[in-house]
Amino acid sequence: MRKLLSSELQFPHITANRPYSRCCPRMSHYCWFFQSLTLSLCKKLNTQNPKNMAELGAGSPLLGDPALNYQEHELNERLKRLYPAVNEEETPLPRSWSPKDKYSYIGLSQNNLRVHYKGHGKNHKDAASVRATHPIPAACGIYYFEVKIVSKGRDGYMGIGLSAQGVNMNRLPGWDKHSYGYHGDDGHSFCSSGTGQPYGPTFTTGDVIGCCVNLINNTCFYTKNGHSLGVAFTDLPPNLYPTVGLQTPGEIVDANFGQQPFVFDIEDYMSEWRAKIHSMIARFPIGERLGEWQAVLQNMVSSYLVHHGYCATATAFARATETIIQEDPNSIKNRQRIQKLVLAGRVGEAIDATQQLYPGLLEHNPNLLFMLKCRQFVEMVNGTDSEVRCFSVRSPKSQDSYPGSPSPSPRHGANNPHLHSTGADSPTCSNGVTPPNKTKTHSKYPSISSASSSSSSSPSSVNYSESNSTDSTKSQPHSGTSNQETSDSEMEIEAEHYSNGVAENSSSRIMNGTYKHQEILQVDDNSLGNGVAVESCASKQFCGGNQAATERMIQFGRELQALNEQLCRQYGKNTMHKKMLQDAFSLLAYSDPWDCPMGQQLDPMQRESICSALNSAILESQNLPKQPPLMLALGQATECVQLMARVRSGSCSFARVDNFLH
Amino acid sequence: MTCCGQPEVTATSRHYVDRLFDPDPQKVLQGVIDMKNAVIGNNKQKANLIVLGAVPRLLYLLQQSSSSDMLRTECAVVLGSLAMGTENNIKSLVDCHIIPALLQGLLSPNVSFIEACLRCLRTVFISPVTPVQLLYSDLTVIPHFICLLSQSLHTQEYITQIFSHCCKTPDHQTVLFNHGAIQNIAPLLNSSSPKVRMQALKCFSVLAYENTQVSMTLVNVLVDGEPLTQVFVRMMQRDKPIEMQLTAAKCLTYMCRAGAIRTDDSSIVLKTLPCLVRMCSKDRLLEERVEGAETLAFLVEPDVDLQRIASVTDHLLAMLADYFKYPSSVSTIADIKRVSWAEITEHLIYAPSRLNNKSFSVQLDHDLKHAHELRQAAFRLYASLGSNDEDIRKKITETENMMDRIVSGLSESSIKVRLAAVRCLHSLSRSVQQLRTSFHDHAVWKPLMKLLQNAPDEVLIMASSTLCNLLLEFSPSKEPILESGVIELLCSLTQSDSPALRVNGIWALMNMAFQADQKVKMEIVRSLGTDHLFRLLSDPDPNVLMKTLGLLRNLLSTRPHIDQLMGSHGKQIMQAVTLILEGEHSIEVKDQTLCILANIADGNTAKELIMTNDDMLQKIKYYMGHSHVKLQLAATFCISNLIWNEEDGSQERQDKLREMGFVDILHKLSQATDPNLCDRAKTAMQQYLA
Repeated sequence: MRKLLSSELQFPHITANRPYSRCCPRMSHYCWFFQSLTLSLCKKLNTQNPKNMAELGAGSPLLGDPALNYQEHELNERLKRLYPAVNEEETPLPRSWSPKDKYSYIGLSQNNLRVHYKGHGKNHKDAASVRATHPIPAACGIYYFEVKIVSKGRDGYMGIGLSAQGVNMNRLPGWDKHSYGYHGDDGHSFCSSGTGQPYGPTFTTGDVIGCCVNLINNTCFYTKNGHSLGVAFTDLPPNLYPTVGLQTPGEIVDANFGQQPFVFDIEDYMSEWRAKIHSMIARFPIGERLGEWQAVLQNMVSSYLVHHGYCATATAFARATETIIQEDPNSIKNRQRIQKLVLAGRVGEAIDATQQLYPGLLEHNPNLLFMLKCRQFVEMVNGTDSEVRCFSVRSPKSQDSYPGSPSPSPRHGANNPHLHSTGADSPTCSNGVTPPNKTKTHSKYPSISSASSSSSSSPSSVNYSESNSTDSTKSQPHSGTSNQETSDSEMEIEAEHYSNGVAENSSSRIMNGTYKHQEILQVDDNSLGNGVAVESCASKQFCGGNQAATERMIQFGRELQALNEQLCRQYGKNTMHKKMLQDAFSLLAYSDPWDCPMGQQLDPMQRESICSALNSAILESQNLPKQPPLMLALGQATECVQLMARVRSGSCSFARVDNFLH
Repeated sequence: MTCCGQPEVTATSRHYVDRLFDPDPQKVLQGVIDMKNAVIGNNKQKANLIVLGAVPRLLYLLQQSSSSDMLRTECAVVLGSLAMGTENNIKSLVDCHIIPALLQGLLSPNVSFIEACLRCLRTVFISPVTPVQLLYSDLTVIPHFICLLSQSLHTQEYITQIFSHCCKTPDHQTVLFNHGAIQNIAPLLNSSSPKVRMQALKCFSVLAYENTQVSMTLVNVLVDGEPLTQVFVRMMQRDKPIEMQLTAAKCLTYMCRAGAIRTDDSSIVLKTLPCLVRMCSKDRLLEERVEGAETLAFLVEPDVDLQRIASVTDHLLAMLADYFKYPSSVSTIADIKRVSWAEITEHLIYAPSRLNNKSFSVQLDHDLKHAHELRQAAFRLYASLGSNDEDIRKKITETENMMDRIVSGLSESSIKVRLAAVRCLHSLSRSVQQLRTSFHDHAVWKPLMKLLQNAPDEVLIMASSTLCNLLLEFSPSKEPILESGVIELLCSLTQSDSPALRVNGIWALMNMAFQADQKVKMEIVRSLGTDHLFRLLSDPDPNVLMKTLGLLRNLLSTRPHIDQLMGSHGKQIMQAVTLILEGEHSIEVKDQTLCILANIADGNTAKELIMTNDDMLQKIKYYMGHSHVKLQLAATFCISNLIWNEEDGSQERQDKLREMGFVDILHKLSQATDPNLCDRAKTAMQQYLA
């Protein structure tokens, strides 16, 4: 996701010599993707029995248990890798046999993975089965488990297969309705019937039998010692449990639900289906509407650029694609300026500018104003707000105590489940922030896609956006410079030239996308400096350590308190406001607010949510969408895929949105 | 193509050619460029220009050192375009000696000119009408090609493509190998260009095919530090393009068959074999299914474990049965769609007016060819799978309509299918159970006999091998085959130039003579002719000798038969036996000969032929003291028959042999360590005691 969009943002670099059309077909896949997803989903929804929806099992996967032993750790890793689309909160994966869901002739041992027969084994009436703890979630797409025959016992009447909940356990799998099995003594497959069909070879002591359920086409095949035996069952019902059945004394089998590497190369099989589904999406027919799609895509890109205020990029894009930008270019620049101010931590100025450019906006949005003011207070503590900064005696360069300056660029919450519902805070800005511990961040959060991102106030989301921003910084190349360090030093030089900032006004610099990063540093009086390389080790002090500034801050705090009380009188109590205020004020309780439990607030990353909220509010006031359609589409696609999982469309496993956002 | 349009077209075409002779080089260049634009996708225009003699002029311009690089490049491009047309175009170009001219062009320092030459050469060489040898006639060409590999992605693509099409014989493989093709092409497997990767992979598959030297080298090649076999395994991953999976599987198959990779290596058992089975699936294109089955047949042929695994993988046996269901009504339509889509698009682009029914008749031929290919591939794979394991054979014969399919396959028009069907039948005929049941039920001997009447040698070899099995004593088909006058046919086979046919002919006769009645035996001797029979005993092929001896031994079974045959041909037979016992022959041959002698010794009158031949008795004595137990045993058997009591004149024979010192030898042998020999000697001794 990240890479896609940041590379789209590179347009300005390439406008001169590269046609846009090259990018558009690529984009178009995503849109076909949304379309096809939606269609297949609708189809599913129409045919799905609603009753099934209620049957989702609730389980408690042991994620995060500190006492995980090595095997469990490996199991979790493997399951996560094999079934990334499964939400184990909703649909836990089978991890062992169920001690509750078995016939009495079955004995379990070795963490409920080993099954042995302990009945008389006189005839078929003594058959006994056991089911796994959970049914196979549809979101697996393709599910696989293996059973090793430790001993064939007296007669080797063993069955391996699947059964639905409630199927009689005094039987071998396959004998009854909603029960399916492959039997070792004759190699036959039993499809809900007492008589088997010739299927594969027999199996006995030492063999490893695998069972693969394909939840995309609802078929099942078995493997023997790593060799696929071909399809055994078709038209399988949903919610089947891995099942084994034994019938004579001495029979012992061990299950592998992912605890060990599988003998059969299931990941190779999955890769084939992933490729199939991806090519299905890529080739989704759009028929006569090719032209329409082109226009839709261009609009999506354009509106996205406009939304985030990439004025020059948007203009260049519009020129190349011969489309029209709805919003007045000046309005875009205004929004861009305000966003830059917020992201630079100069919230006071941002409020002033908003009030001046959009009179009445903040008056009609008292909540937003309050949020802004709270942020302003935090920034005063930080020493970045202009109201405290004017007291500063220090050189502009060292004044900004933040590593890198954020420039507006959205944070793309592709896996944010609340994306479209919590619209306002989803496209937060993180682009351009260079965390000083860049490499460390990478190793700490190697998997961006897997990071949970629930709400923006949770610590995890900070990590998430941090790693995001790392990425985006990396993927936003600087023209003429190859690495961050060089570009930084160049920026200092550039700063001399563009002492009054606002680079995009200069007609010669249409490559503002490239210089976005620098531009933000050059706003107005250049006083922000950049401090990118210098940062973080310098000791930080309240309000930049200035006494007058501190007094101003305290005074501002009182004003903020008063504003809160006024809002309470006007609109009733607001717990969120109270919390915000408390959090902000609590910073003062620590001698080093940057290193305290509440220090998180001071992170420049926290500016992003308020920045996008303000941007959205401005857009709304101009009767423009508060969220770019591209993000809406992404959010919808993400939601669709999750919905597919819930309605048991197995292909969701291989149609994940992040697969497409490279 | 009608005549009416011709004059106008020729006029415009002539204009293009005329411009090539303009004195102004700039105008010539423009003329060539215009010609290039005129011929693209226009086969008629191409043919016209060739008829009007554009090719020699273009070649002249291309070769002139005074021509600018640009002009030379454009000339090569036009020639390449002309080559893209029909096979006739290619023939004309080759006749104009385009190949040496283009090869000469490769010496230019200009890369784009080289690329244009290579592109044209590629198009010419991948055509079936171009003699491959032209690439190898100049010894400097291949080394230069190898050098050019480093020039650009295009040179890499074209050169590897030329190699993969032009490496058709072991000699070609050796030439390429000796010029370092392997080391130079291996890095291209990791090329950034998918086309280059694919063509490089194809090169390896043709280089390794049945070539031990190449295969042994390949296992030690590293590509970016990764063993080549691993690169191939990676290329077989299921999300890779099918063509790549299939070609990589071929490479590993050939390396395995050449002995460079063990058959139980996981890259073969867990990767190559399943990959090839997947290629046989209904989802694959017809060509892929054919190649997949053929390659798999080749892979599993020598190894019963691989045969067992393949036979249970993904219902392969049932999957192959689908190969016979083409063209079904559904698949025909689907494939017409598929193929004609390509054709129709081509027509739309190049010549919309020519879209007519012709393409559909071509389509039907195409279908028919595919049907043949599919059937022969399936038969071949069945043959490989069933060559060793009785259970697999049973499963194959139980596959739907299998025997009927083989029977009809034996009389198909396509030789390839007939050959494959008879191979399959041969493989299944190794099963006693099948011989007794399905073979008899389906009277497979009938089409088989028909096939033997008039067929090329390779079919004859398989068919006669199969016949050998059908003539086994327990085969119920033996009787009807005998009645159909097979003896003459088999005897004629024994006169063939091909050793394999001679072996099969005599082998079949041998099987036929086993426990046969007098009439049949006499018929065999009569048909074969004793002269020819004894000529076969001096056949250079030891297998022929062995089977001929076997035939003799079978002819000389039961006493009346022995006496009769020895009565009529005793002298010659004794001569032949003497010759073989005196000659340099393998233990098996001598053992077989001594057994014949033992059979002769069992006859009533025939005995005397030995008893009166002191030289022969000395030989028997010699072999009783031979170091090889088998020969001692056979010789002792012979003596035991001679001294057997309850027969006329046994006393005299015993006396004579005692005089010759046989009793002492028997006595010694009765203390032998080998229990059989010991028993045999004791039994013989008892004849004296009785």
